[in-house]
Amino acid sequence: MKVVVCVKQIPDPADPGALDPETNTLKRDTKLILDESDSYGVEMALQLVDAAGDGEVHLVSMAANNEVGGLRTALAMGASSATIVSDDALGGSDALGTSKVLAAAIARQEPDLVLAGTESSDGYTGVVPEQVAELMGLPSVTFAKSISIEGGEAKIQRQTEAGYDDVECPLPVVVSVTAGVVEPRYPSFKGIMAAKSKPVDELDLDALGIDAAQVGWAGAGQEIVAVDEAPAREAGEVIEDDGDAHERIVAFLDDLKIL
Amino acid sequence: MDFAPNPDHELIIEAVEALCARFDDSYWSEHDQRHEFPWDFYREMAAGGWVGIAIPEQYGGGGAGIAEAALVLNRVAASGAAMNGSSALHLTVFGLNPVVKFANDRLKETFLPRAAVGDLHVAFGVTEPDAGTDTSRITTRATDDGMGGWIVNGRKIWTTKALESEVCLLLARTDGIPGEGFDGLSLFLVDLDPEHCEVVPIPKLGRNAVASCEVAYDDLPVESWRLIGERGRGFHHILHGLNPERILLAAMACGIGEAALRRATAYANEREVFGRLIGSNQAVSHPLAKAHMDLHAAMNMMREAAWRYDNGLDCGEHANTAKYLAAEASFSAADHALQTLGGLGYATEYHVERYWREARLQRIAPVSQEMTLNYIAQNVMGLPRSY
Ligand SMILES: Cc1cc2nc3c(=O)[nH]c(=O)nc-3n(C[C@H](O)[C@H](O)[C@H](O)COP(=O)(O)OP(=O)(O)OC[C@H]3O[C@@H](n4cnc5c(N)ncnc54)[C@H](O)[C@@H]3O)c2cc1C
Repeated sequence: MKVVVCVKQIPDPADPGALDPETNTLKRDTKLILDESDSYGVEMALQLVDAAGDGEVHLVSMAANNEVGGLRTALAMGASSATIVSDDALGGSDALGTSKVLAAAIARQEPDLVLAGTESSDGYTGVVPEQVAELMGLPSVTFAKSISIEGGEAKIQRQTEAGYDDVECPLPVVVSVTAGVVEPRYPSFKGIMAAKSKPVDELDLDALGIDAAQVGWAGAGQEIVAVDEAPAREAGEVIEDDGDAHERIVAFLDDLKIL
Repeated sequence: MDFAPNPDHELIIEAVEALCARFDDSYWSEHDQRHEFPWDFYREMAAGGWVGIAIPEQYGGGGAGIAEAALVLNRVAASGAAMNGSSALHLTVFGLNPVVKFANDRLKETFLPRAAVGDLHVAFGVTEPDAGTDTSRITTRATDDGMGGWIVNGRKIWTTKALESEVCLLLARTDGIPGEGFDGLSLFLVDLDPEHCEVVPIPKLGRNAVASCEVAYDDLPVESWRLIGERGRGFHHILHGLNPERILLAAMACGIGEAALRRATAYANEREVFGRLIGSNQAVSHPLAKAHMDLHAAMNMMREAAWRYDNGLDCGEHANTAKYLAAEASFSAADHALQTLGGLGYATEYHVERYWREARLQRIAPVSQEMTLNYIAQNVMGLPRSY
């Protein structure tokens, strides 16, 4: 079984850097790391391949300058190989532009299953996996909390507000994985050393046969007009206990129709 | 030596820090207070291959150098685990060096694969009540049993991890007279068989999750193949591992100092006294800045020593210098951090007192600062021997 996992490499949230004032986008010139929300997909893919008894996990990422800092972490966790797509023309790509690139890179792998995080930790658009599925002509299942492969089908528990849906879907399928549903393994020392010799395919737009006008600033269907600070939260209501605090809290919650 | 960022080292740091983040300061504080060995932590580190990182690959280890092993222990200590975390590991990480270098194949094949997966705990028994700094005074005796094996009798003190360890690298006298040189001491890998070994932890100032013990050996039988290297050459076999041990200790000490400064800086940036942040007083910020520089310098010295060792160069001066500077820098950082926190520095809840107790240790063990200065004065600078 071949599982492709989309992984985004993002600036370290502990040291996120700044916004570029001209483009209102995050500067990504620092070292990039594996987006934590993609580590769940990587872990799930490794577990599925383990359970299947054979197969491999391939990573696909788009980033500037063939950056592999985050891919190395996922390779050290146990993925077998990776594709990194870089091209100067990709700067400024919106979610759809990114999806076109990822879909083209994933298609080359002829996967049985494609996993992605539900949304990245630095962009939060939350639409890339579904767009990739559409562009590849594959079914899409979102918010997976568990996946198993049985008889050539994916059985997916799809998280909902009330509980979960049981979804069955033919392969190949694109599935987005909810954060926190598995515990990503730590890379081991041997994993880190082995990752050094794992193949990382470097591709550009030409190699993928994508027209530069379709992606990057040129192809973006959106423009970030301004970025503002989130408004400070207003102070909540402080209830001091004069013996009837519990009744007032109940009344307050009742007003909100929470009870 | 190359100061450029090393991608392998960056990944090692990232992975070890991520693992250590699951064991926070309260985990260490609780284990310290309860005198409990950090088993969960140890098992995670073993599973990640970090304990066996420096065991040769042919025995299933990571085959890495002392530079990488030092980095691992440095990040462990800096996470707040300090000595409780790093010395839970370090004897297995590098203690078996004399076995790798000098032991027969049977010893290597029996024990190294288990050490590589972290499943073998090792203690190191050199110090005795009357033989500390002066190892030539060792009286614990291994007597020929007339059938090719040995019988060990004697008393060791400060044997770290003797409670948890199945085996102990034991330096014992097979020949010669105590106080007359080092020939006559032999090195064994003995079983700490409870039938013949009485192990009693020594109550002590700090690092209380990892006990150091008094061990009484009473007619302990030792088979002939448990002798490491040559009879009578045990001290020389141990010497080989002393420089790497100093390098690891230096890395651990720097880690503790870093943890202490992290707490101190955070506190100095938030605590207001007389209507201003205490960190805006130079009497608070300068000692912390100096501690930061001293730690950085010690860390670079440590890296140089490790690089030399890994490249097969002489590193006695460098390893000793690193250990000395790191022990001073670490304690000074912990002491200034404690001062910065004022009364809370003395409170267990703020963890700095724990770092302080553990940083103090490196100035005494495994070799005292005085003996390190003696070494540099005599062996590096050619001054007369002072003792
Ligand atoms: C927590 C802890 C863990 C330990 N773990 C181990 C272990 O696992 N295995 C093991 O074998 N040992 C262990 N040790 C023992 C440690 O290595 C010794 O304590 C150390 O070598 C010093 O020996 P000593 O305590 O006998 O001091 P002594 O040799 O009695 O020295 C006392 C003091 O006199 C000073 N001094 C002596 N001679 C001179 C001189 N000529 N010039 C200047 N100063 C001098 C020393 O520097 C020291 O400050 C441990 C010790 C501690 C505290």
